[in-house]
Parts: sequence; C-alpha cells; structure tokens
Amino acid sequence: MSDIVCPENLVYKKPSTLKDAIMHYCPGCGHGVVHKLMMEVVEEMGIQNDIIGITPVGCSVFAYNYMDIDMEQAAHGRACALGTAVKRLYPEKYVFTYQGDGDLAAIGTCETMHAANRGEKMLTIFINNGIYGMTSGQMAPTTLEGAKTTTSPYGRDVETMGYPLRISELIANLPGVAYVTRQAVNTPANVRKCKKALKTALEYQKQGLGYCMVEVVSNCPSNNKCTPLEANKFVEEQMLPFYKLGDIKVPEGK
Amino acid sequence: MAKVVGEVVIDTERCKGCELCIAACPSKCLSLSNSINVHGFQYTVQSGDNCTGCASCALVCPDAVITVYRKVNK
Ligand SMILES: Cc1ncc(C[n+]2csc(CCOP(=O)(O)OP(=O)(O)O)c2C)c(N)n1
Ligand code: SF4
Repeated sequence: MSDIVCPENLVYKKPSTLKDAIMHYCPGCGHGVVHKLMMEVVEEMGIQNDIIGITPVGCSVFAYNYMDIDMEQAAHGRACALGTAVKRLYPEKYVFTYQGDGDLAAIGTCETMHAANRGEKMLTIFINNGIYGMTSGQMAPTTLEGAKTTTSPYGRDVETMGYPLRISELIANLPGVAYVTRQAVNTPANVRKCKKALKTALEYQKQGLGYCMVEVVSNCPSNNKCTPLEANKFVEEQMLPFYKLGDIKVPEGK
Repeated sequence: MAKVVGEVVIDTERCKGCELCIAACPSKCLSLSNSINVHGFQYTVQSGDNCTGCASCALVCPDAVITVYRKVNK
C-alpha cells in the first residue's frame, strides 16, 4: 500500500450506518446512492438511535436490510400513514418515509396528500424514477409524455393516460408543508446538493416546522433497458427539463 | 511530484461494474477490470496515477464501495 492510504489522508468512506450487506439493487440504480446519503446524514448528525424509517413496496422494500436504524415496512402506498402513527407515538424521534413514484404517486397519493396537509412533522424521501421498477417497468403517474413502458408500449399518450404528475409542486401548495425540494443524484455536484437537502429537511423536522419532502429524480436502467450511464443521460436530458431541480417551498424566513 | 495526490481503495467484491464512477472521474483514472468478481461483475480499478482524491467517484457510487484518500505534499 502506498503512503497515501492512511487514516489521516481519508476523505471519503462508506458511512458506518450503512450495513455491509450487498444491496439487491441493479447496477447503477439511484436507490443505492440515496440510501448512502441518508445514512451519511444520520451518521453526521449522530441520530442513529433517534430516527425511524418507513420503507415502501417497490424495489426499496428491503431498505431495512441496508440502513442500520430502526425501520418498519408499510403496505403499498401507506408509508405516510404509518409514518404519521410512528411520529405521533414517538414525537421526539426523527421519522422519514422512503417511497418510489408508484408507491407514493399512484396507490399512495391519498395517504401522502393527507399526511402533508395535516402537516405531519416527518420527512418523505420520494424517489421519482418515472417508472414502476420492481414490477418490471409499467407506466407510473410520473412517466414522461411519450415514454415507452410495458403498459404504454406506443409511448405515454396524455389524451388517454393523463399528464405526468409533478407531486412536489402539488404538495407545496398545502399549508401544512414546510419544505419541498427536488434533487437528483446523477452527478457528483447533484449528489452533494441532495445530501444537503436531506440534512436541511431533518433540521426543519427537529424545529417542528411541518411536513418535508425531498424528491429525488432517479434512474431505472433495467426497466429503461439501457446501461446505467445511458439511464443517467436520460435523467439529465429528458427528466430534468420537466422535473426542474431546486427548492419548491422553503419555510418562511429560511 | 504533484502537490495533491489521491488514491482510491475499491471493495471489488461489492462493486457491480455500473461504470458511473468511471464517467464521474475528472482525472479519467478509473477503468473496468479484465476479470470478474465472485458475483460475476467486472469491477472498477484505479488504472491511472493522476487521482487527486476529489471523491467524485465515491459520491456517485450506489454501492458505497469506494474509499478515497488524499495527500497534500508539502
Ligand atoms: C396492493 C398492491 N398493489 C400492487 C402491487 C404491485 N407492486 C409492487 S411494487 C409496485 C410499484 C413500484 O414502483 P415504484 O414505487 O415506482 O418503486 P420502484 O420499484 O421503481 O423503486 C407495484 C405496483 C403490490 N405489491 N401491492
Ligand atoms: S428495477 Fe429499476 S428501480 Fe429497481 S433496483 Fe433495478 S434499476 Fe433500481
């Protein structure tokens, strides 16, 4: 080993709050990046014993095998309902839900909207990859216009299938909502910003400001039938022009 | 000798060879191995010696397999 590899020269290592288990995600999938970022934030804030996560149904259903914190797994779409219960039982704990766009924006729209509208003091991490990953590539409410999926084989036709849903913009209109931001993890700079947003959201939760959502525009190389690099290119060129990055709502005076 | 030198240590058995790190590296010093790991994936190796320890590769890695070191030569 060279003299560069020694503890005093360390600039980055896997957070200790992320287990060593090999994640089941496909190569290059954004889920892994967001798991890692969330665990970095938990480690840095020193809240490993003070945070409870709720996993969805979707590819990230097994997130509890990777995040070394207390977690519960909700029925499909119901993460925000379970999160509400957990937060009300343990108001001193940090609570977050982790949900895909099929889970959050289709079957779970009702639970999500009402939890946000009630201003539940929790964080939702919303992974928007524009497709149903786990069930092999059906159209999601967030699928872009014209995009081909197994249930829109000729491309999403908005006349019959409706328009892609911008959940973050919708949620931001609700008075109970404190902070909504849209991030991505396709480049090193975006990864840094996304981590900052996750930390900010937890700080607002601590201050009791209201419901927070961090949407992460992500990829799904397997169901877009492309390489991880091509999938990230799709995110950059197709998804980000429609799902614009940045803060959508910030608490007053912040 | 370069003022800032870096080096990465890659957990090759946990690497899935997605190549996101290779594209993210501004110094272009990462590449895919010629061999495969126990899971059958080609994995990332450091092939150039111009690493600056910027950690771009580690940031985009979905499997957190990269540890980064950086030394400033006085
Ligand atoms: C009640 C119910 N309906 C449907 C399903 C099938 N199902 C499992 S995951 C999923 C969608 C997952 O998509 P998404 O939330 O976008 O997560 P991803 O897998 O892309 O991360 C569906 C429809 C289910 N498990 N339970
Ligand atoms: S199917 Fe898509 S979302 Fe699911 S793990 Fe694979 S790449 Fe990720």
